[in-house]
Amino acid sequence: MTTNDPIYKTDALIAQDIDAYLEAHQHKTMLRFITCGSVDDGKSTLIGRLLYDSKMIFEDQLAALEADSKRVGTQGQEIDFALLVDGLAAEREQGITIDVAYRFFATEKRKFIVADTPGHEQYTRNMVTGASTADLAVILIDARKGVLTQTRRHSYLVHQLGIRHIVLAVNKMDLVDYDQATFDEIVADYKTFAESIGIEGFTPIPISGFKGDNITGPSENTPWYKGPSLLPYLEAVEVDVTSDQERPFRMPVQWVNRPNLDFRGFSGLIASGTVKPGDEVRVLPSGKTSKVARIVSLEGDRDTAVAGESTTITLADEIDCSRGQVIVAAKEPLEVADQFESTLVWMDETELVPGRAYWLKIGTQTVSATVHEPKYEVNVNTQEHLATKTLDLNAIGVANITTDREIPFAPYGENRDLGGFILIDKMTNQTAAAGMINFALRRAQNIHWQATDIGREHHANMKHQKPAVVWLTGLSGSGKSTIANIVEKKLARMNRHTFLLDGDNVRHGLNKDLGFTEADRVENIRRVGEVAKLMTDAGLIVVTAFISPFRSERDMVRAMMQPGEFLEVFVDTPLEVAEARDVKGLYAKARAGQLKNFTGIDSPYEAPENAEMRIDTTAINPEEAADLIIERLIP
Amino acid sequence: MNKTLTHLQRLEAESIHILREVVAEADNPVMLYSVGKDSAVMLHLAKKAFYPSPPPFPLMHVDTTWKFQAMYNLRDKAAKDAGMELIVHQNPEAKAKGINPFDHGSLHTDMWKTEGLKQALDKHGFDVAFGGARRDEEKSRAKERVFSFRSANHRWDPKNQRPELWRLYNAKKAKGESVRVFPISNWTELDIWQYIHLEGIEIVPLYFSAPRPTVERDGLILMVDDDRFPLRDGEEPKMRSVRFRTLGCYPLTGAVESEAQTLPEVIQEMLLTTTSERQGRAIDHDQSASMEKKKQEGYF
Repeated sequence: MTTNDPIYKTDALIAQDIDAYLEAHQHKTMLRFITCGSVDDGKSTLIGRLLYDSKMIFEDQLAALEADSKRVGTQGQEIDFALLVDGLAAEREQGITIDVAYRFFATEKRKFIVADTPGHEQYTRNMVTGASTADLAVILIDARKGVLTQTRRHSYLVHQLGIRHIVLAVNKMDLVDYDQATFDEIVADYKTFAESIGIEGFTPIPISGFKGDNITGPSENTPWYKGPSLLPYLEAVEVDVTSDQERPFRMPVQWVNRPNLDFRGFSGLIASGTVKPGDEVRVLPSGKTSKVARIVSLEGDRDTAVAGESTTITLADEIDCSRGQVIVAAKEPLEVADQFESTLVWMDETELVPGRAYWLKIGTQTVSATVHEPKYEVNVNTQEHLATKTLDLNAIGVANITTDREIPFAPYGENRDLGGFILIDKMTNQTAAAGMINFALRRAQNIHWQATDIGREHHANMKHQKPAVVWLTGLSGSGKSTIANIVEKKLARMNRHTFLLDGDNVRHGLNKDLGFTEADRVENIRRVGEVAKLMTDAGLIVVTAFISPFRSERDMVRAMMQPGEFLEVFVDTPLEVAEARDVKGLYAKARAGQLKNFTGIDSPYEAPENAEMRIDTTAINPEEAADLIIERLIP
Repeated sequence: MNKTLTHLQRLEAESIHILREVVAEADNPVMLYSVGKDSAVMLHLAKKAFYPSPPPFPLMHVDTTWKFQAMYNLRDKAAKDAGMELIVHQNPEAKAKGINPFDHGSLHTDMWKTEGLKQALDKHGFDVAFGGARRDEEKSRAKERVFSFRSANHRWDPKNQRPELWRLYNAKKAKGESVRVFPISNWTELDIWQYIHLEGIEIVPLYFSAPRPTVERDGLILMVDDDRFPLRDGEEPKMRSVRFRTLGCYPLTGAVESEAQTLPEVIQEMLLTTTSERQGRAIDHDQSASMEKKKQEGYF
């Protein structure tokens, strides 16, 4: 039966007994799925068709649709369903979908949320976004074209994102005369590919989104096809959220509820398992244990709460627990680590800078993290591993990540909420990447801190001083080295134990293997930071003079130091002034194009926003500047 | 034994998660409250999310002075019941100029709502504002993120929104930037009604049918809610049994003739009806993609 009549049009029950209808519909389940395919595979048409067939289109919308179809439609005088879902004005003119759009429809059994994701190669990030919350993927293939590069790319991504249910919708069957051989050939082709990347199974369905074949019920045009139609299949497929309940209890703490001194509740969405009062739990990473006292809700205390629910629990003991920590079943705790191998999907226009610090948000916790140089990038079309030094927009690769503290986690394959993370660019605040933890590096567990008997305080006490890092930052020629030198001389006169780390000098030794690319400059600063940190452990007052143009690296060094021991000094000299001085003749060279990546000329300088001090070198001389710094350092 | 979560339970869990995430990360959040059914659900979810604490942010109503009287009544009561501070903002400039929907057309919405909202957010320094918009309301909203970033001058740039993965919302922003957060993005109109029914949430009585004084004008049935309604020659208010599917400024909100006096009857009518929800609002009829333009300018 080819059906253009919406079979879900009106439920007789609505008219007869609305209370019974409501009772039935309050018990619907929910399935989230994504549709993906190449540009002209007919995704929007299919979704429009699903909305239409489940009666999500009203008369006024239909009238507007008919008018639009005649004006800008691509289907002649027939209704162009794609126009129903292509939202933004610019896209309507271009005739393509350019972003992730979420659509809603419901049948008698289920509510569906569809992520409509684009087929364009450059929009991988949108597809990954749509897939991250989906239980199922519908991969569309144009029956006339068969398995394309895009099909492989989308299937690989869907598999990477851990989606276990895949429907292969072979669309536009009406344009190949519903030919079984064509369908079988495509399915065989896809099967070979799917198996090669580890997809365990998929459900192929021959359809026509435009004509409505095998959407709501079996089509008489494909008598040779005995499998399920699309909508009945989507209604029946099992969703992940219930199976998560069988796993051990895990709840990332989102917010501590403290209305008064007598109540302290821990709120969060349960990532897996179930919980009930009396359960023994452990708080990670601290490892403290307690028992669940109550499960609190507006309607009164509850006996149990399960995976997928947002809840608030109280504990029997007063133990430390705050946002970002994870409450877990005491006997089955999570792993805790600070080094991971992870798969990254780069989502930002600005490419990955290995060694640079990013915010990493996982569960309810945000920590600082650095990404190491990628082990490889994956060619998503061929799944080949390619050597690379970075990842740019839409690239997928595998890299190690180090966080600045230990975090509780689960491999992504086990739990999306505890193994999926995003990286955030510290300067632009953009979401730079989506990441999935593969496993913790054993290094993290095997390299321990050796406790030494003579501690940093001992070193400092012997020198009768408080260790510190005076970090001078500013343009080349701003006067950093001059000021640093005077500061150190003055401190020496005051019998302080000091050391001056100078930008030019370290490049002759420690950092002579580094150039001036962005990645190398990051590494340059990281090493200097680590050295400065060791020196503060030894009790020294360290003075540094580095251009250190990027805010994120200065923040990275700040984060390495003990609180209060980092003094960022912005040596503020306007570019014109520094260039006019040009002590080393570098600006002239840079202007002549002989020196690449020169700060201020063809590489940016990000001025500090929250530096402890700002020295205006157009107003005071280096001597006065040094005095100000020492005043601040030794009040 | 496993417990199967219903679609409403999953939607509720997601919305509560979003509300808590904002409270944990924002400096100074506020909940925009329009007194409609979507706002009612959003407020109810906030009560659940933070219980036994009251929701830790104020409610704010960007008022046009032209809402239905019944809305003002419920607004004040709802804030009091929730134990929340209520902030009412009326654009002083619109007030001084006497901007009204009868004489000023789209300027009415621009000044009272779009400008009023910007003023109110700036005045109180709110960095995050919860709104009750849903993705199923209108085509361009289907692509709106849950966390929608606005520049320092409140503009929305559809090309520059952050990807939202899993349940991870990136709430970081620069000084002056703000975020509109839509906790009920994934709810449909039917979900909203079902939830109101299931949870017994109080809504404005205007959603239920009653005899009301009305006139028919430009294809809309308008309610004569107070004596500011300028009657045209020959117009005389007539009692009709009507209700409203959506609520806004009374001179701009069309009623539908109806006998639905209970929530199940309203839902029944909605399910059997054949026109979409926003049809009763004058604002959408201007041109196709009008909502999108309004949004870029800062309309909620």
